[in-house]
Amino acid sequence: MSQITATPTAGSVAVPVVPLLKLGTWVVFFGLLAMLAIFFVSSDQGAVSLFAGNGVHEWVHDARHLLGYPCH
Amino acid sequence: MSTASKDKSVLTPGAFLIRGLAAGLIAGLLAFIVAFAFGEPYVDDAIALEEAAAAQAPADEHPADHADEDEAGMVEISRDNQKSWGLLTGTLAIGTALGGLVALATAAVVGRLGNLSARGSTALVALIGFVAIALVPFTKYPATPPAVGSGETIGGRTASYFALQLVSVLAAIAMVVVANKLRGRFEAWTAATIAALGYVVIVAVTAFLLPTVNEIGSFPADTLWYFRRSSLIVLATLWATIGVILVALVGRLHDRAIADANRRQLAASI
Repeated sequence: MSQITATPTAGSVAVPVVPLLKLGTWVVFFGLLAMLAIFFVSSDQGAVSLFAGNGVHEWVHDARHLLGYPCH
Repeated sequence: MSTASKDKSVLTPGAFLIRGLAAGLIAGLLAFIVAFAFGEPYVDDAIALEEAAAAQAPADEHPADHADEDEAGMVEISRDNQKSWGLLTGTLAIGTALGGLVALATAAVVGRLGNLSARGSTALVALIGFVAIALVPFTKYPATPPAVGSGETIGGRTASYFALQLVSVLAAIAMVVVANKLRGRFEAWTAATIAALGYVVIVAVTAFLLPTVNEIGSFPADTLWYFRRSSLIVLATLWATIGVILVALVGRLHDRAIADANRRQLAASI
């Protein structure tokens, strides 16, 4: 994505936008964190296991089913 | 002037993220309540069917309680814990994660989608998120209750599900960029329609190419439908709550950014 600056929307005042470059680092770091959280709820100890056993799977079992992730 | 006001703006990635996390947390809580009230009865029904089938199977390793994989060294979590704290953990984690991601996606588009307001942009991101992340994967790989699905195919089913979800999300992002580019050449609605059509074609072809899963067996159709319906309601609750709360929070944040910009311009003109 390129740095596109928005045209003023309200009146003649330039409405600030979030610089994409600055946003990028946040997306990378939070993206990884969010992926990890989603992985544990959706997939760990199912198709792939990061931790041995079934504790994570069993604990989030109902959420995994009801949020539509393949469970077992 | 515009660069100076950009630097001091309250519209920072962090400001968006914190609002997304808050919206996601509330959404996770509401999703839990809906899931507990409308989804759990069918999870219980499905587990009862699973246990009945296991009890009929001759001298199998299945104990009388719910167990997925039969390996040694497994922990036992009671159904009461699974359907309350376990379910809550899952919905809060997913809600917060998705809330944060939606907020960061919103941060990328606010002020960049033509005349669409900050509130409108936020609502659009949440709506696209629901369709791309929840609804489209559901159409090919709908939620399945316990007792449906063979343990041997979990790897393939998981890969297919996430493949469709990944393609869907990437296509949605790409088509938003395309729509935004086409806006210069066509009317906004025409641009949006062309992009939406492009998205539909991409996910339809992907879904068609991915393998079909049919492991329902003799599972009762009514329980299956009730379970899937409740799952869809849970997902809709999650996304709608993220959308509604984030629209309010981002809207107010953006109002403040405009007020700041106005004030700064006024100060500069004096």
